[in-house]
Amino acid sequence: MKYLDEFRDQDLAKPLLKELRHSVTRPLRVMEVCGTHTMAIFRNGLRSLLPDGLELISGPGCPVCVTSASHIDAILDMAERPQVRIALFGDLFRVPGSSGLSLAHASSHGAKVDIVYSPMDSLELAKKHPQELVIFLGVGFETTTPGIAATIMAAQNSGVDNFAVFSTHKVMPPPLISLLNDPELQIDGLLCPGHVSTIIGARAYQPLVEKYNLACVVAGFEPADILQALIMLARQVSQGEARVENAYTRAVSWEGNERAQQMVNKIFEPVDMEWRGLGTIPLSGLAIRESCCHFDAEKRLDIKLIPAAEPPGCRCGEILKGKERPPQCPLFGSRCTPGNPVGPCMVSSEGTCAAFYKYG
Amino acid sequence: MNPKNSILLDHGSGGIASQELISGLFLKHLDNAVLASLEDSAVLDNHPGKLAFSTDSYVVDPIFFPGGDIGTLAVHGTINDLAMRGARPLCLSLALILEEGLDLDDLERVIVSIGTACKESGVPIVTGDTKVVPRGKADKIFINTSGIGIIAEKVNISSTMARAGDVIILSGSMADHGITIMTRRAGISLDGDLASDSASLHELVALLLDGLPPGSLHTLRDPTRGGVATSLNEIAAAARLMAEIEETAIPVHKGVRAACEIMGLDPLYLANEGKCLVIVAPEQAEETLSLMRSTSVGKESAIIGSLKTGTAGQVVLRTGIGGSRIITPLHGEPLPRIC
Repeated sequence: MKYLDEFRDQDLAKPLLKELRHSVTRPLRVMEVCGTHTMAIFRNGLRSLLPDGLELISGPGCPVCVTSASHIDAILDMAERPQVRIALFGDLFRVPGSSGLSLAHASSHGAKVDIVYSPMDSLELAKKHPQELVIFLGVGFETTTPGIAATIMAAQNSGVDNFAVFSTHKVMPPPLISLLNDPELQIDGLLCPGHVSTIIGARAYQPLVEKYNLACVVAGFEPADILQALIMLARQVSQGEARVENAYTRAVSWEGNERAQQMVNKIFEPVDMEWRGLGTIPLSGLAIRESCCHFDAEKRLDIKLIPAAEPPGCRCGEILKGKERPPQCPLFGSRCTPGNPVGPCMVSSEGTCAAFYKYG
Repeated sequence: MNPKNSILLDHGSGGIASQELISGLFLKHLDNAVLASLEDSAVLDNHPGKLAFSTDSYVVDPIFFPGGDIGTLAVHGTINDLAMRGARPLCLSLALILEEGLDLDDLERVIVSIGTACKESGVPIVTGDTKVVPRGKADKIFINTSGIGIIAEKVNISSTMARAGDVIILSGSMADHGITIMTRRAGISLDGDLASDSASLHELVALLLDGLPPGSLHTLRDPTRGGVATSLNEIAAAARLMAEIEETAIPVHKGVRAACEIMGLDPLYLANEGKCLVIVAPEQAEETLSLMRSTSVGKESAIIGSLKTGTAGQVVLRTGIGGSRIITPLHGEPLPRIC
């Protein structure tokens, strides 16, 4: 497959691995911010090939994983109301709320729940079911938000009235700042998310470099992309440098996608947002602006978020912060498995615990 | 849909409407002497050897898809379950649960498929049953088929027979059926030729049993739901061995790979309906491969790995870039990822 096979080639990976071994001159801790990076690293067996002294820590970049229990409770509340149909991306289906129940349970008890592949599909659902209010669960970072903004605009333009979005959208730099302010978190560099960066641009990490003197490299998702980015990080650290570099130039620019940014700004505004395991982080989320409040499920159904305790024993919070690894959690692999997840890190296929469980 | 041309509750009543359905549709396409006698049970001749007996129910949505339909699956699936124990399938039963309002043309299309699949496989339907349930109590059509097969006295094929050193062969590309159904369900139309691999494998198995020295064919498994990953885990657990497979050796059609990339799915976990994993003594691996490749259903067969002593029950994949990862069984339905 073009643009994929070239970057999964063993003949390309071997010299990169050799170069990486040369570049790691002292113990190096790198946080891979994005869930898709976590998956790619496990799926390609990269950990088994990395040189000694290079430690990868999984960060808070799986959007499903960081959706709080109180948000899931609110989603379950909406799902149980009459004349409501929930549309969602697949991996949110099994995420448990504070009671341990998920949309999978609600669906088995008659709630109308549809897995869609694009937010636009939920608009089609709304047209197909005019008697119901179709609520799309807006979960995700900057990568998914423009598509959802476009869907709300399309609903406005086509006069679809029975459609709304429940926004738990999050933005990337603020949680990183929150993590980096934690003195316990010792990291040398960030493997910055490729997909998010296509929208926000590599320049979004410049403040992190300036404030925390941290090496930041934007990376693609194929093994060669990740190895190349790790080499760049290792070189920066061994040379005592800290700057933003872009190892994913075929997709990411310095400025990002300004048109997409404008669309998001037109529909959404920054708000404080609760993150699973990280608590409430100032201005880390996006809410639908007052001008589009008709499409805001929270306002339309008068949803109140009720603070919810996280499941007892679950270490997802520490794991999301990169402070602990999944096997350190007492529930990992026993009470908490991909088939019967307790915490969010096990639910999504991108979650750190799910990746650890599957690929070890 | 024409309401005059649909299934009514009457068709399941056992009365005249049922008889019309049986004689006008089922016997027309599934005709054979044993079935046509319309007795309460089929009487079969006795054969030397051990009996294999298997049953499976089919509830697929959509019922028609590129490469087959619920009818072909119901015939091939049960034939393959028999064949995976080294059995020669003798006959099948066919039980239908129909939803009131099902279009009769759709029913006929399914029955024609069943008739064709039976003729091509040489395995007849010898007994059957039809029930109709009120609209909404079933989804169009549910099918159960059971099958009886004969295993030659000296043949002993099971997961526990796998030995360390055995070679793992896959009879062709994986995930064709699973991705075809998932893209159809999602309403995603992709360019290319995605199609289910629905096919019967008993002739390929018979060829191996005839052509290989007795005792060299150890295990057969058709990786249906849960895919190659889950079947290999089951084999490794039963045989108390470790399975090691090579990512680059596993055949996957280009279109299937692309669709999996788009939908965030792993082809190792998607269903196959016309493929088998063959575990064979290493000295017979090449002969097995060449026999398999001589068949139409096995022409893309490939050696994908081997069984080893090591962590019992573990399946390890050597990745394309030379890393390794553990392959666990499937947990729940595969769900597409957010991004």
